[in-house]
Amino acid sequence: MAQTIHKYDAVVVGAGGAGMRCSLQLAKAGLRVAVLSKVFPTRSHTVAAQGGIGASLGNMDEDNWHYHFYDTVKGSDWLGDQDAIEFMCREAPKVVYELEHMGMPFDRNPDGTIYQRPFGGHSAKYGEKPVPRACAAADRTGHAMLHTLYQNNVRNKTQFFVEWMALDLIRDSEGDVVGVTALEMETGEVAIFHAKCVLLATGGAGRIFAASTNAFINTGDGLGMAARAGIPLEDMEFWQFHPTGVHNAGVLLTEGCRGEGAILRNKNGERFMERYAPKLKDLAPRDFVSRCMDQEIKEGRGCGPNGDYIALDLTHLGGETIMKRLPSVHEIGKNFANVDVIKEPIPVVPTIHYQMGGVPTNIHGQVVVPKNGNPNTIINGLYAIGEASCVSVHGANRLGTNSLLDLLVFGRAAGNHLVETALGSKAHKPLPANAADYSLSRIAVLDNSTSGEYPQDVANDLRKTMQLHAGVFRTQASMDEGVKKVVAIDERAKHLSLKDKSKIFNTARVEALEVANLMEAAKATMVSAAARKESRGAHTVDDYGDTVEHPLGRNDQEWMKHTLWYTEGNRLDYKPVNLKPLTVESIPPVKRTF
Amino acid sequence: MLSDAELSKLRWRCRRGFLENDLVLERLLKARGNEFTRDEFTQLKALLELDDNNLWDIIAGRNDDYPPDTEPMVATLRQTLSTH
Repeated sequence: MAQTIHKYDAVVVGAGGAGMRCSLQLAKAGLRVAVLSKVFPTRSHTVAAQGGIGASLGNMDEDNWHYHFYDTVKGSDWLGDQDAIEFMCREAPKVVYELEHMGMPFDRNPDGTIYQRPFGGHSAKYGEKPVPRACAAADRTGHAMLHTLYQNNVRNKTQFFVEWMALDLIRDSEGDVVGVTALEMETGEVAIFHAKCVLLATGGAGRIFAASTNAFINTGDGLGMAARAGIPLEDMEFWQFHPTGVHNAGVLLTEGCRGEGAILRNKNGERFMERYAPKLKDLAPRDFVSRCMDQEIKEGRGCGPNGDYIALDLTHLGGETIMKRLPSVHEIGKNFANVDVIKEPIPVVPTIHYQMGGVPTNIHGQVVVPKNGNPNTIINGLYAIGEASCVSVHGANRLGTNSLLDLLVFGRAAGNHLVETALGSKAHKPLPANAADYSLSRIAVLDNSTSGEYPQDVANDLRKTMQLHAGVFRTQASMDEGVKKVVAIDERAKHLSLKDKSKIFNTARVEALEVANLMEAAKATMVSAAARKESRGAHTVDDYGDTVEHPLGRNDQEWMKHTLWYTEGNRLDYKPVNLKPLTVESIPPVKRTF
Repeated sequence: MLSDAELSKLRWRCRRGFLENDLVLERLLKARGNEFTRDEFTQLKALLELDDNNLWDIIAGRNDDYPPDTEPMVATLRQTLSTH
C-alpha cells in the first residue's frame, strides 16, 4: 500500500520547549510547520523542569553575561565549545524578555522586575560569590513555559500531529535529509512527511538507566533516528546526575531547594559541602556535589540504617517559605519519602537526570559531521535542538537553569536561521523511491516475529546494565564489562516478539520501536565512556583520580576532545573542542575548585 | 467490557510529562491489569486529559478541583499514591 505523504516546509519532531520555540519562530514567519509528538504537547518532559531559566538580568545583584559565560565554561569542565557558550549567554536576557512578552508568568520582585533565585554553579565576578540568575515561575517553570509556547503556536497556526511517533529520517542520494517517516498510533499506519528540513527536538534518553528522574517518554527517539541514518552521536558518555533524587524513588527535588537555602548533611549532621567547596558550598555544580555526596557515603558518613543516602535539610527555611517557594518539594517529600520536609530532612542520592551529549550541531542548530577533513560539515535539511542535540554548551557537565535556556536560545536560533535562509521560497527536493521502505521493514520484522523476548524485558535488562556499568561511579574494568553486556543485549533487541500484532493503538509495537532507540543511546554511552581514559565533569572514573599531572583526573593533553560514536561498527571518532569564543578572550583550562 | 484498543489507548495516555505521575499511574495499572469498569475508564480518561501539574495536584490531594463525576477514581489514585 502506498503511504500517505504530508508536505510541509519544516517538520519538527518533538513538542517540548525546544521544538515549540523553534516551530513558533517558523510559524510566525508564515512557514508551513508540522510538529510530531508522541504525547500531547503540554505533557512533554519540559513540564518537569522546576528551577528556572538562567539569564544575567542582574535584577537581584550585579550580573552580566561574561560571568554567566565564565561559569558555564568552568561548569562544562572545559569540554563545552566556547563559541556556542558565548552565543547562549549573550542571547539569554533576550529570550527571557521575549518569553515574558509572550505571557510567561514569571515570579516578580516588588518593583515589578523578574524575580531571580540563586542556583548551583552560578556566580558573580568569576566565581567570587553566588548570584541569583534563575528566572522562575514558582517551581513550575517548565509547565508555564510549555503552556506559553503552545498557546502562541496555536495562535500562529503550527500544525500538531499528536500521538504520532517519528520513525526514521529520509535521506536522498546526496545525503540530504528530505523528510521523515512516522507512525500514527491511532491507526497503526506509517506516513511520510516530505519537508525542506527536519528538526530533531526529541529530548534525552534518560530511560536507558534504571534510576532516573526522567519521565517514561524519554527514550532518545531522535538519537536512534540519527544513529540509524549514519549520523554520529557526540559526547554521550556525559550524563548528569542530579544530586537530589529522592532515595529509592528517583523523583527529583529541584536545585531551587538549595537555591532557597536547603543544606546537605551527613549522618553527623555536618554541612559537609563547606569542606569541599568553601565558597559555593551546597550550590557548587551538580557533578561536584554528586561526587562529594558519594565520597561521604563511601567514607561511612551516609545516613539511614544502611548509610546509603544523604539528608537534605530544609527545616530551617520555615513552613511559609517552603509552601510559597517550593510547594512541590513538600508534596514529593510526603508522597515518595514519607517525610514532612518542614519538620525533618529528606533522604536523597545522586540520580540520572540529563544527557549532555546528543546529535552534533553548530550554533544555528544545523547537524554537523566529519567529512573530507572538516569535522563540522553540514548535513543539508537536518537540525537538532535541545537535549537531543550537542551544540555543545554543557560539555562534561551542565549548570542548572542552562537546560531551559538552551531550549529557548537554540530553538529560536534554528528557527531564525531557517527563516533567514529563505526556506519558504526553496523547493522541496524529491523524495527517493520507496522512502518508507526501511521503516516498514523494521515494523514487518516485529509483526512477523514468532519467537523472541518481549520489549520491556530487554529494556529492563538494558537499564540495569547501564545503571551498574555507566552509573555515577565508574571504573575502567566495569565499563569494559558493560560494553560486552550492552552488545549482547543489542543482539537480543534484534529479535523482539510482540504478543499483540493488532494495528490500532498497539502500544507494544511502539515500545518495541522505542527499545531500538534506547539501544542506540545506550551503546553510544557505554562505548564512549569506556574509551575515555580520564575523569572530566560527570564522567568520573575511579581509575583516573587526582594527580599533580592530571588534577581531579582530567587529562587535557589527550582528552580535551569531543567523542563521536557511530552505530555502524560501534566505532568512535573524535573532534576538537572549540576554545575560541565569538568575541571575547578564551577562558583557559584550570583545575576546578569552588 | 472495554476493547483492547480502548485499554491500549488508556495505557498510552498514562505516559506523562513527569515521573511522579508516571509512577503513580504505573502502580495503578500494575494493580488493576485490564480490570477497569466502564465508569472507571471514563473517569480515568477524563483525569488524563488534565495537564500534568494539575493532575499531580489532584492526586497529591493539594487540589480538589477535579472534573465532575471523577471522585471515585480520584480516591483510587490517592489511595494508590499513599500505599507505596
